[in-house]
Amino acid sequence: MTTKPALAAVLATSFAAALSLAAAPAAAQGSDKEKCYGVALKGQNDCAAGPGTTCAGTSKVDYQGNAWKYVAKGTCTTMKTPKGMGSLSAKAG
Amino acid sequence: MSGAPFAAALLDPGRPLPVEITSHTARHPERRFAVYRNNVTASLIEALRARFPATEQIVGEDFFAATARDFVRAHPPRSPLLMRYGDGFPAFLEHFPPAAGMPWLADVARLEAARTRAYHAADAVPLGPSDFAAIDPATLGTLRVALHPSAAIVRSPFPVVTIWAMNSGTAALGPVDFDTPEDALVLRPHLDVTVTRLPPGAAAFLAALRADAAIADAAVAALADDAGFDPTAALALLIGSGLATAVTPAPEASP
Repeated sequence: MTTKPALAAVLATSFAAALSLAAAPAAAQGSDKEKCYGVALKGQNDCAAGPGTTCAGTSKVDYQGNAWKYVAKGTCTTMKTPKGMGSLSAKAG
Repeated sequence: MSGAPFAAALLDPGRPLPVEITSHTARHPERRFAVYRNNVTASLIEALRARFPATEQIVGEDFFAATARDFVRAHPPRSPLLMRYGDGFPAFLEHFPPAAGMPWLADVARLEAARTRAYHAADAVPLGPSDFAAIDPATLGTLRVALHPSAAIVRSPFPVVTIWAMNSGTAALGPVDFDTPEDALVLRPHLDVTVTRLPPGAAAFLAALRADAAIADAAVAALADDAGFDPTAALALLIGSGLATAVTPAPEASP
Protein backbone atom coordinates (compact mmCIF):
# COMPACT_ATOMS: atom_id res chain seq x y z
CA MET A 1 0.00 0.00 0.00
CA THR A 2 3.07 2.29 -0.12
CA THR A 3 2.13 3.22 -3.65
CA LYS A 4 -1.16 4.71 -2.54
CA PRO A 5 -0.03 8.35 -2.20
CA ALA A 6 1.58 8.23 -5.65
CA LEU A 7 -1.48 6.63 -7.12
CA ALA A 8 -3.71 9.21 -5.46
CA ALA A 9 -1.65 11.97 -7.06
CA VAL A 10 -1.91 10.32 -10.48
CA LEU A 11 -5.65 9.93 -10.04
CA ALA A 12 -6.09 13.55 -8.97
CA THR A 13 -4.23 14.72 -12.07
CA SER A 14 -6.18 12.37 -14.32
CA PHE A 15 -9.41 13.48 -12.71
CA ALA A 16 -8.69 17.14 -13.45
CA ALA A 17 -7.88 16.25 -17.06
CA ALA A 18 -10.98 14.08 -17.36
CA LEU A 19 -13.18 16.84 -15.98
CA SER A 20 -11.85 19.31 -18.52
CA LEU A 21 -12.45 16.75 -21.27
CA ALA A 22 -16.05 16.38 -20.17
CA ALA A 23 -16.42 20.15 -19.78
CA ALA A 24 -15.36 20.77 -23.39
CA PRO A 25 -18.52 19.61 -25.13
CA ALA A 26 -17.27 19.98 -28.69
CA ALA A 27 -14.15 17.92 -28.17
CA ALA A 28 -15.82 15.32 -25.98
CA GLN A 29 -18.69 14.82 -28.37
CA GLY A 30 -16.34 14.64 -31.30
CA SER A 31 -14.41 11.79 -29.79
CA ASP A 32 -17.56 10.09 -28.55
CA LYS A 33 -19.11 10.13 -31.97
CA GLU A 34 -16.40 7.93 -33.34
CA LYS A 35 -16.75 5.26 -30.74
CA CYS A 36 -20.31 5.54 -29.68
CA TYR A 37 -23.16 4.01 -31.58
CA GLY A 38 -26.48 5.08 -30.16
CA VAL A 39 -29.22 3.10 -31.80
CA ALA A 40 -32.71 3.03 -30.43
CA LEU A 41 -34.28 -0.39 -30.44
CA LYS A 42 -37.56 -0.82 -32.18
CA GLY A 43 -40.49 -1.77 -30.04
CA GLN A 44 -40.34 -5.45 -29.27
CA ASN A 45 -43.94 -6.00 -28.46
CA ASP A 46 -44.88 -8.00 -31.52
CA CYS A 47 -47.53 -10.40 -30.41
CA ALA A 48 -47.41 -14.04 -31.26
CA ALA A 49 -49.53 -13.39 -34.32
CA GLY A 50 -46.86 -11.14 -35.80
CA PRO A 51 -44.83 -11.64 -38.94
CA GLY A 52 -43.62 -15.16 -39.53
CA THR A 53 -46.75 -16.63 -38.08
CA THR A 54 -48.64 -18.87 -40.36
CA CYS A 55 -51.71 -20.95 -40.16
CA ALA A 56 -50.46 -23.55 -42.58
CA GLY A 57 -50.39 -27.01 -41.09
CA THR A 58 -46.78 -27.98 -40.88
CA SER A 59 -45.28 -31.20 -42.05
CA LYS A 60 -42.29 -32.84 -40.46
CA VAL A 61 -40.12 -31.82 -43.36
CA ASP A 62 -40.45 -28.11 -42.56
CA TYR A 63 -38.91 -28.69 -39.21
CA GLN A 64 -35.94 -30.67 -40.28
CA GLY A 65 -32.83 -28.62 -40.73
CA ASN A 66 -31.58 -28.97 -44.26
CA ALA A 67 -27.82 -29.04 -44.57
CA TRP A 68 -27.76 -26.31 -47.22
CA LYS A 69 -29.37 -23.90 -44.78
CA TYR A 70 -26.30 -24.10 -42.58
CA VAL A 71 -24.06 -22.47 -45.14
CA ALA A 72 -23.69 -18.86 -44.02
CA LYS A 73 -24.53 -16.45 -46.83
CA GLY A 74 -24.69 -13.13 -45.00
CA THR A 75 -22.11 -10.43 -44.53
CA CYS A 76 -19.57 -12.85 -43.04
CA THR A 77 -18.14 -13.37 -46.50
CA THR A 78 -17.76 -9.60 -47.05
CA MET A 79 -15.95 -9.15 -43.73
CA LYS A 80 -13.41 -11.85 -44.28
CA THR A 81 -9.82 -11.03 -45.09
CA PRO A 82 -7.41 -13.22 -47.05
CA LYS A 83 -5.59 -14.26 -43.88
CA GLY A 84 -8.31 -13.67 -41.34
CA MET A 85 -10.33 -16.08 -39.26
CA GLY A 86 -13.42 -14.72 -40.93
CA SER A 87 -12.99 -17.31 -43.62
CA LEU A 88 -15.54 -20.06 -43.38
CA SER A 89 -12.86 -22.66 -42.97
CA ALA A 90 -15.17 -25.24 -41.40
CA LYS A 91 -17.59 -25.79 -44.23
CA ALA A 92 -20.94 -26.87 -42.94
CA GLY A 93 -22.19 -30.22 -44.00
CA MET B 1 -53.69 -32.96 -18.06
CA SER B 2 -49.95 -33.00 -17.71
CA GLY B 3 -48.08 -30.22 -19.50
CA ALA B 4 -44.83 -32.08 -20.20
CA PRO B 5 -45.99 -34.44 -23.01
CA PHE B 6 -47.96 -31.60 -24.54
CA ALA B 7 -44.91 -29.31 -24.53
CA ALA B 8 -42.66 -32.05 -25.91
CA ALA B 9 -45.05 -32.76 -28.78
CA LEU B 10 -45.29 -29.05 -29.44
CA LEU B 11 -41.57 -28.80 -30.18
CA ASP B 12 -41.04 -32.16 -31.86
CA PRO B 13 -43.15 -33.02 -34.91
CA GLY B 14 -41.84 -36.58 -34.66
CA ARG B 15 -43.90 -37.19 -31.55
CA PRO B 16 -47.47 -38.38 -31.69
CA LEU B 17 -50.38 -36.09 -30.93
CA PRO B 18 -50.91 -35.87 -27.17
CA VAL B 19 -53.84 -38.17 -26.35
CA GLU B 20 -55.72 -35.44 -24.50
CA ILE B 21 -56.11 -33.30 -27.61
CA THR B 22 -59.64 -33.33 -28.97
CA SER B 23 -61.51 -31.38 -31.57
CA HIS B 24 -65.22 -30.89 -32.07
CA THR B 25 -64.82 -31.07 -35.84
CA ALA B 26 -62.45 -33.96 -36.31
CA ARG B 27 -61.79 -37.26 -34.65
CA HIS B 28 -58.02 -36.83 -35.10
CA PRO B 29 -57.06 -33.15 -34.76
CA GLU B 30 -53.48 -33.57 -36.01
CA ARG B 31 -53.79 -30.74 -38.47
CA ARG B 32 -55.07 -28.29 -35.87
CA PHE B 33 -52.30 -29.23 -33.50
CA ALA B 34 -49.79 -28.76 -36.32
CA VAL B 35 -51.03 -25.20 -36.87
CA TYR B 36 -50.54 -24.42 -33.21
CA ARG B 37 -47.14 -26.09 -33.17
CA ASN B 38 -46.05 -24.13 -36.20
CA ASN B 39 -47.11 -20.82 -34.69
CA VAL B 40 -45.27 -21.52 -31.46
CA THR B 41 -42.02 -22.24 -33.28
CA ALA B 42 -42.43 -19.43 -35.81
CA SER B 43 -43.12 -16.85 -33.09
CA LEU B 44 -40.07 -17.92 -31.09
CA ILE B 45 -37.83 -17.77 -34.17
CA GLU B 46 -39.29 -14.31 -34.81
CA ALA B 47 -38.43 -13.26 -31.23
CA LEU B 48 -34.82 -14.34 -31.82
CA ARG B 49 -34.69 -12.49 -35.13
CA ALA B 50 -35.90 -9.33 -33.39
CA ARG B 51 -33.28 -9.67 -30.68
CA PHE B 52 -30.29 -10.71 -32.83
CA PRO B 53 -30.58 -8.71 -36.09
CA ALA B 54 -26.81 -8.27 -36.58
CA THR B 55 -26.23 -11.98 -36.06
CA GLU B 56 -28.83 -12.70 -38.73
CA GLN B 57 -27.23 -10.16 -41.03
CA ILE B 58 -23.88 -11.92 -40.66
CA VAL B 59 -25.03 -15.47 -41.38
CA GLY B 60 -27.98 -14.75 -43.66
CA GLU B 61 -31.69 -15.51 -43.27
CA ASP B 62 -31.63 -19.23 -44.01
CA PHE B 63 -28.73 -20.02 -41.71
CA PHE B 64 -30.26 -17.93 -38.93
CA ALA B 65 -33.73 -19.43 -39.23
CA ALA B 66 -32.37 -22.99 -39.24
CA THR B 67 -30.12 -22.22 -36.26
CA ALA B 68 -32.89 -20.46 -34.35
CA ARG B 69 -35.18 -23.46 -34.94
CA ASP B 70 -32.56 -25.79 -33.47
CA PHE B 71 -32.20 -23.48 -30.47
CA VAL B 72 -35.96 -23.22 -29.92
CA ARG B 73 -36.31 -26.98 -29.86
CA ALA B 74 -33.36 -27.47 -27.52
CA HIS B 75 -34.14 -24.49 -25.29
CA PRO B 76 -37.83 -23.63 -25.18
CA PRO B 77 -38.73 -20.52 -23.15
CA ARG B 78 -38.87 -20.85 -19.38
CA SER B 79 -40.51 -17.48 -18.89
CA PRO B 80 -43.55 -15.88 -20.56
CA LEU B 81 -41.44 -12.73 -21.08
CA LEU B 82 -40.36 -13.07 -24.71
CA MET B 83 -38.10 -10.03 -24.47
CA ARG B 84 -35.72 -12.14 -22.40
CA TYR B 85 -35.93 -15.18 -24.62
CA GLY B 86 -32.57 -16.04 -26.14
CA ASP B 87 -30.27 -15.25 -23.21
CA GLY B 88 -28.75 -18.68 -23.89
CA PHE B 89 -28.52 -18.19 -27.66
CA PRO B 90 -24.90 -16.86 -27.66
CA ALA B 91 -23.65 -19.89 -25.70
CA PHE B 92 -25.60 -22.13 -28.08
CA LEU B 93 -23.87 -20.50 -31.06
CA GLU B 94 -20.49 -21.05 -29.44
CA HIS B 95 -20.97 -24.82 -29.59
CA PHE B 96 -22.98 -24.95 -32.81
CA PRO B 97 -20.86 -26.91 -35.31
CA PRO B 98 -22.07 -25.09 -38.45
CA ALA B 99 -20.87 -21.79 -36.88
CA ALA B 100 -17.41 -23.16 -36.00
CA GLY B 101 -15.83 -21.14 -38.82
CA MET B 102 -17.10 -17.92 -37.18
CA PRO B 103 -15.73 -18.13 -33.62
CA TRP B 104 -16.56 -14.43 -33.07
CA LEU B 105 -20.28 -14.89 -33.83
CA ALA B 106 -21.22 -15.81 -30.25
CA ASP B 107 -19.68 -12.59 -28.92
CA VAL B 108 -21.63 -10.50 -31.42
CA ALA B 109 -24.77 -12.25 -30.17
CA ARG B 110 -23.66 -11.54 -26.57
CA LEU B 111 -23.44 -7.86 -27.42
CA GLU B 112 -26.91 -7.92 -28.96
CA ALA B 113 -28.37 -9.73 -25.94
CA ALA B 114 -26.77 -7.13 -23.65
CA ARG B 115 -28.37 -4.34 -25.69
CA THR B 116 -31.87 -5.75 -25.20
CA ARG B 117 -31.27 -6.25 -21.48
CA ALA B 118 -30.06 -2.63 -21.24
CA TYR B 119 -33.15 -1.50 -23.13
CA HIS B 120 -35.41 -3.14 -20.54
CA ALA B 121 -33.25 -2.32 -17.49
CA ALA B 122 -34.47 -0.05 -14.71
CA ASP B 123 -34.31 3.70 -15.29
CA ALA B 124 -31.88 5.75 -13.22
CA VAL B 125 -30.74 9.35 -13.39
CA PRO B 126 -27.02 9.39 -14.27
CA LEU B 127 -24.51 11.79 -12.72
CA GLY B 128 -23.19 14.47 -15.04
CA PRO B 129 -19.95 16.48 -15.23
CA SER B 130 -21.19 19.08 -12.71
CA ASP B 131 -21.74 16.36 -10.09
CA PHE B 132 -18.16 15.19 -10.55
CA ALA B 133 -16.79 18.73 -10.50
CA ALA B 134 -18.00 19.01 -6.90
CA ILE B 135 -15.73 16.14 -5.78
CA ASP B 136 -12.50 16.91 -3.92
CA PRO B 137 -9.78 15.36 -6.16
CA ALA B 138 -7.74 14.38 -3.09
CA THR B 139 -10.47 11.96 -1.94
CA LEU B 140 -11.19 10.56 -5.40
CA GLY B 141 -9.29 7.30 -4.95
CA THR B 142 -11.29 6.31 -1.87
CA LEU B 143 -14.70 6.78 -3.46
CA ARG B 144 -17.10 4.06 -4.57
CA VAL B 145 -19.14 4.44 -7.72
CA ALA B 146 -22.59 2.97 -8.33
CA LEU B 147 -22.93 2.06 -12.00
CA HIS B 148 -26.14 2.53 -13.96
CA PRO B 149 -28.48 -0.51 -13.81
CA SER B 150 -28.38 -0.81 -17.59
CA ALA B 151 -24.56 -0.95 -17.80
CA ALA B 152 -23.08 -4.16 -19.18
CA ILE B 153 -19.58 -5.01 -20.34
CA VAL B 154 -18.89 -7.49 -23.12
CA ARG B 155 -15.23 -8.51 -23.42
CA SER B 156 -14.09 -10.32 -26.51
CA PRO B 157 -10.86 -11.61 -28.05
CA PHE B 158 -12.43 -10.51 -31.35
CA PRO B 159 -13.35 -7.04 -32.70
CA VAL B 160 -16.92 -7.45 -31.47
CA VAL B 161 -17.86 -3.76 -31.55
CA THR B 162 -16.58 -3.29 -35.10
CA ILE B 163 -18.36 -6.40 -36.37
CA TRP B 164 -21.60 -5.41 -34.63
CA ALA B 165 -21.40 -1.84 -35.92
CA MET B 166 -20.90 -3.05 -39.50
CA ASN B 167 -23.94 -5.27 -39.25
CA SER B 168 -26.29 -2.86 -37.55
CA GLY B 169 -25.96 -0.07 -40.07
CA THR B 170 -23.70 2.15 -37.94
CA ALA B 171 -20.47 1.50 -39.82
CA ALA B 172 -19.62 0.66 -43.41
CA LEU B 173 -19.19 -3.00 -44.20
CA GLY B 174 -15.66 -4.07 -45.08
CA PRO B 175 -12.86 -6.50 -44.30
CA VAL B 176 -12.20 -6.98 -40.59
CA ASP B 177 -9.01 -7.84 -38.74
CA PHE B 178 -10.39 -10.65 -36.63
CA ASP B 179 -7.32 -10.73 -34.37
CA THR B 180 -8.08 -7.40 -32.66
CA PRO B 181 -9.69 -7.82 -29.23
CA GLU B 182 -12.40 -5.33 -28.30
CA ASP B 183 -14.36 -4.64 -25.12
CA ALA B 184 -17.81 -3.10 -25.33
CA LEU B 185 -19.76 -1.01 -22.87
CA VAL B 186 -23.52 -1.27 -23.35
CA LEU B 187 -25.48 1.47 -21.60
CA ARG B 188 -28.86 3.17 -21.63
CA PRO B 189 -28.29 6.39 -19.65
CA HIS B 190 -31.52 7.94 -20.94
CA LEU B 191 -33.80 6.57 -23.67
CA ASP B 192 -31.34 5.17 -26.18
CA VAL B 193 -29.07 2.17 -25.82
CA THR B 194 -25.46 3.03 -26.64
CA VAL B 195 -22.55 0.75 -27.48
CA THR B 196 -19.09 2.14 -26.78
CA ARG B 197 -15.76 0.52 -27.50
CA LEU B 198 -13.79 0.62 -24.25
CA PRO B 199 -10.14 1.73 -24.07
CA PRO B 200 -7.55 -0.81 -22.78
CA GLY B 201 -8.13 -1.90 -19.17
CA ALA B 202 -11.36 0.06 -18.81
CA ALA B 203 -13.43 -3.13 -18.74
CA ALA B 204 -11.47 -4.36 -15.70
CA PHE B 205 -11.77 -0.90 -14.11
CA LEU B 206 -15.56 -0.92 -14.47
CA ALA B 207 -15.87 -4.54 -13.34
CA ALA B 208 -13.96 -3.66 -10.16
CA LEU B 209 -16.15 -0.61 -9.55
CA ARG B 210 -19.22 -2.77 -9.99
CA ALA B 211 -17.79 -5.15 -7.35
CA ASP B 212 -17.74 -2.12 -5.00
CA ALA B 213 -13.99 -1.46 -5.18
CA ALA B 214 -12.77 2.06 -4.46
CA ILE B 215 -11.62 4.03 -7.51
CA ALA B 216 -7.91 3.65 -6.60
CA ASP B 217 -8.25 -0.12 -6.17
CA ALA B 218 -10.16 -0.35 -9.45
CA ALA B 219 -7.34 1.53 -11.17
CA VAL B 220 -4.80 -0.95 -9.75
CA ALA B 221 -6.92 -3.85 -11.04
CA ALA B 222 -7.16 -2.18 -14.45
CA LEU B 223 -3.39 -1.71 -14.67
CA ALA B 224 -2.90 -5.37 -13.77
CA ASP B 225 -5.33 -6.30 -16.54
CA ASP B 226 -3.72 -4.08 -19.16
CA ALA B 227 -0.55 -2.02 -18.71
CA GLY B 228 -1.94 0.40 -21.28
CA PHE B 229 -4.75 1.46 -18.95
CA ASP B 230 -5.22 5.23 -19.09
CA PRO B 231 -6.92 6.59 -15.94
CA THR B 232 -7.80 9.85 -17.68
CA ALA B 233 -9.71 8.08 -20.45
CA ALA B 234 -11.50 5.85 -17.93
CA LEU B 235 -12.48 8.76 -15.68
CA ALA B 236 -13.61 10.81 -18.69
CA LEU B 237 -15.86 7.90 -19.65
CA LEU B 238 -17.24 7.75 -16.11
CA ILE B 239 -17.90 11.50 -16.08
CA GLY B 240 -19.17 11.96 -19.61
CA SER B 241 -21.13 8.86 -20.56
CA GLY B 242 -23.84 8.76 -17.89
CA LEU B 243 -22.38 5.55 -16.53
CA ALA B 244 -22.42 6.54 -12.83
CA THR B 245 -25.54 7.05 -10.75
CA ALA B 246 -23.94 7.72 -7.36
CA VAL B 247 -20.52 8.38 -5.85
CA THR B 248 -20.14 7.58 -2.17
CA PRO B 249 -17.31 7.77 0.34
CA ALA B 250 -15.65 4.63 1.68
CA PRO B 251 -17.96 2.95 4.20
CA GLU B 252 -15.25 2.56 6.84
CA ALA B 253 -14.04 6.16 6.62
CA SER B 254 -13.53 7.52 10.13
CA PRO B 255 -13.45 11.21 11.06
